[in-house]
Amino acid sequence: MTDATVLTKPSDAFSLTKLWYDKKYRSIILQMIAMALLFGAIFYLAGNAVSNLEKLGKTFGFDFLWAPAGYDINQRLIEYDSRSSHFRAGLVGLLNTILIAVCGIILSTIIGFALGVMRLSPNWLVNRLSYCYIEFVRNVPVLVHILLIHGVIVTTLPRTKDALNFGDNFFLSNRGFFTPKPLAEPLFYVVTATFVAGILFAWYYRRGARIKQEKTGQQSPVFWVTLGAIIGAPIVAFIVTGMPLNWEIPELKGFNFKGGLALKPEFISLWLALSLYTAAFIGEIVRSGIEAVSHGQTEAASALGLPRGRTLNLVVIPQALRVIIPPLNSNYMNITKNSSLAIAIGYMDVVATIGGISLNQTGREMECMIIVLGIYLALSLMISSVMNWYNNRIKLVER
Amino acid sequence: MSEQQYAPGTHPDLKPPIGQSGLLFWFRKNLFSSPFNTLLTLTTLYVLYLVIPAATNWAFFDAVFVADSREHCRELGQGACWAFIDNRIEQFTYGFYPVDERWRVVLCFALFVLAMLPILWDKTPARRQMLWFSLAFPFIGYWLLVGGYGLEPVETTRFGGFMLTMVIGITGIACSMPIGIALALGRQSDMPIIRWLSTCFIEFIRGVPLITLLFVASTMLNYFLPPGTTFDLILRVLIMVTLFSSAYIAEVVRGGLQAIPKGQGEAADALGLNYGKSMRFIILPQALKISIPGIVNTFIGLFKDTTLVVIIGLLDPLGIGRASLSDIKWAGLAAEVYIFVAFFFFICCFGMSRYSIYLENKLHTGHKR
Repeated sequence: MTDATVLTKPSDAFSLTKLWYDKKYRSIILQMIAMALLFGAIFYLAGNAVSNLEKLGKTFGFDFLWAPAGYDINQRLIEYDSRSSHFRAGLVGLLNTILIAVCGIILSTIIGFALGVMRLSPNWLVNRLSYCYIEFVRNVPVLVHILLIHGVIVTTLPRTKDALNFGDNFFLSNRGFFTPKPLAEPLFYVVTATFVAGILFAWYYRRGARIKQEKTGQQSPVFWVTLGAIIGAPIVAFIVTGMPLNWEIPELKGFNFKGGLALKPEFISLWLALSLYTAAFIGEIVRSGIEAVSHGQTEAASALGLPRGRTLNLVVIPQALRVIIPPLNSNYMNITKNSSLAIAIGYMDVVATIGGISLNQTGREMECMIIVLGIYLALSLMISSVMNWYNNRIKLVER
Repeated sequence: MSEQQYAPGTHPDLKPPIGQSGLLFWFRKNLFSSPFNTLLTLTTLYVLYLVIPAATNWAFFDAVFVADSREHCRELGQGACWAFIDNRIEQFTYGFYPVDERWRVVLCFALFVLAMLPILWDKTPARRQMLWFSLAFPFIGYWLLVGGYGLEPVETTRFGGFMLTMVIGITGIACSMPIGIALALGRQSDMPIIRWLSTCFIEFIRGVPLITLLFVASTMLNYFLPPGTTFDLILRVLIMVTLFSSAYIAEVVRGGLQAIPKGQGEAADALGLNYGKSMRFIILPQALKISIPGIVNTFIGLFKDTTLVVIIGLLDPLGIGRASLSDIKWAGLAAEVYIFVAFFFFICCFGMSRYSIYLENKLHTGHKR
């Protein structure tokens, strides 16, 4: 830019008006203004924060994380009691967030794909039913779904005393759903090991079968071998080792069930509400994805003599997935972010622990909010990078 | 051209054969085309038979519409107790807005409808003059709701119910659109710093849940203001909701901008249009047109997300509902309250999505394939 002044042509000479009318100068000036505003704002806000903290006699730091939390969390995946630290409380909350997100993603994908397929069904009744469900569910806020399901569970299900009894093993009451809990005996690790080995073998076998088919055109019974390796082999191992698994059956003691596995009403309602809500969106995504595959593709496949199942597996679904994956990705992120609404019904996720009770007890608003925001940013980045990896794998390879 | 010959019975003007038309044919084609479909139809009909009569009985035939308390409801019928909603409808609509001043909310809503008419419907009589009124409406609306200058002032803490939902939703929608467009243009800009700033802002907002931002607004924002200043909670919420949805709008608009062929911008440059003009007359009209479905979806999302304010203690319809559920006289009516609120949101959001379909069809000036 400096040599603009030494050029002889008068029109190229530097003049003050150029600062605005020449695109190059203007962009530099605009960016400088933007930076100045940004830094000004940061300094102003930080200065305010420092003086406010001083005035309140607070310091900024994360030491409070190691102090005893002093509150109880009724649903936890790891050991925790009220003497544990705030850090551990946050960890319990984070695990609860991940638990609800993973469960929600799985269930909503299943229901969503079912809805999408129903929506494409030639059967008018099924088609309309799916349409009505989707339109109704997705036009109502997810928080209303959560509160409605929670309200219905808590007010209409029977009390613990008269819990619904399914074969003396499963109990449903307004305190939750109780199922027998598997207790593994020492030998059970053989079954687990067989299962893992089965998955590895199946993966290896599939690869070999694909290479063999590409070379010779011969097909191998991939499906049955996979099924045998992943499900059959562990079952055999389970029987051979003498069924090393016991069940702890929930029993009514006092006011609540003891033992067994308990799904709390908060968990159930949050899980159901998030899944049912997101499934409506996924259903629409699946429908539009399958409709995006042009009819000519199916016709070409049947002209080649592919049977219907293979047409779906080899022609329609791979192409539909390309359209489906990116919006599916953002819906998975939405489930994770919406799980923060847990706080409305008292499910102890990371917002309710670190961002709720810990925040109120320690009065460290800034540190707690920074932690919570950071956790969600990290989770979102993780989900989107996994989905991007998958998206790249199934992407159309253009030659 | 000589007249075409048809085999007997195949002339296109003839009516279809009896087996190929009418109600029975429709039934056979759409419900009983194969054994599997027949099974599906029968199963669905059975499920509907189980659900629909029970649901209608609960909601209408066994429901109680006038009663004094929940006990009274139970005496009168076994269905839903809508009497509770009827009892609290004023609170559900206006929150705790002073009773004598409620005409202002009604007037404001009527003026809002009037202001939206020329924007939403291009055949409005005297549209140009009406648009000036639309431009002035935000100020009139603010004056009517908050008061001052001759009207009794009303504190914003008394806002609540559907009125609060509408205030947050409409303000958020109106403000997030321009900010969102600016962010999208910033993200597409040639200037690295502007692009980087916009990208960071958008990705940060999209990575965190709205509820955490609302918590930031309610707990943390005071730290960043000069000592001693307080800041209206509803205003803080409005700012957060607007920023939140503007990031999503920005991504939708960016999708639209990317779909416009490069040639359009180059043609505008060749005509000598500057950046502002080429955006205003060439790029944005096309980009916004194709992003309408996404934009409306974001607006619907924003409108639904207004319910989250209940978590930081504002009394939107859900807040009113939860507060009145703790009333001993009416305890245990969760289903009625939440279904009522769900119904309100369904009408608003479904209406918006229908309008977006109408707009898409209207703006579809090209050839439909």
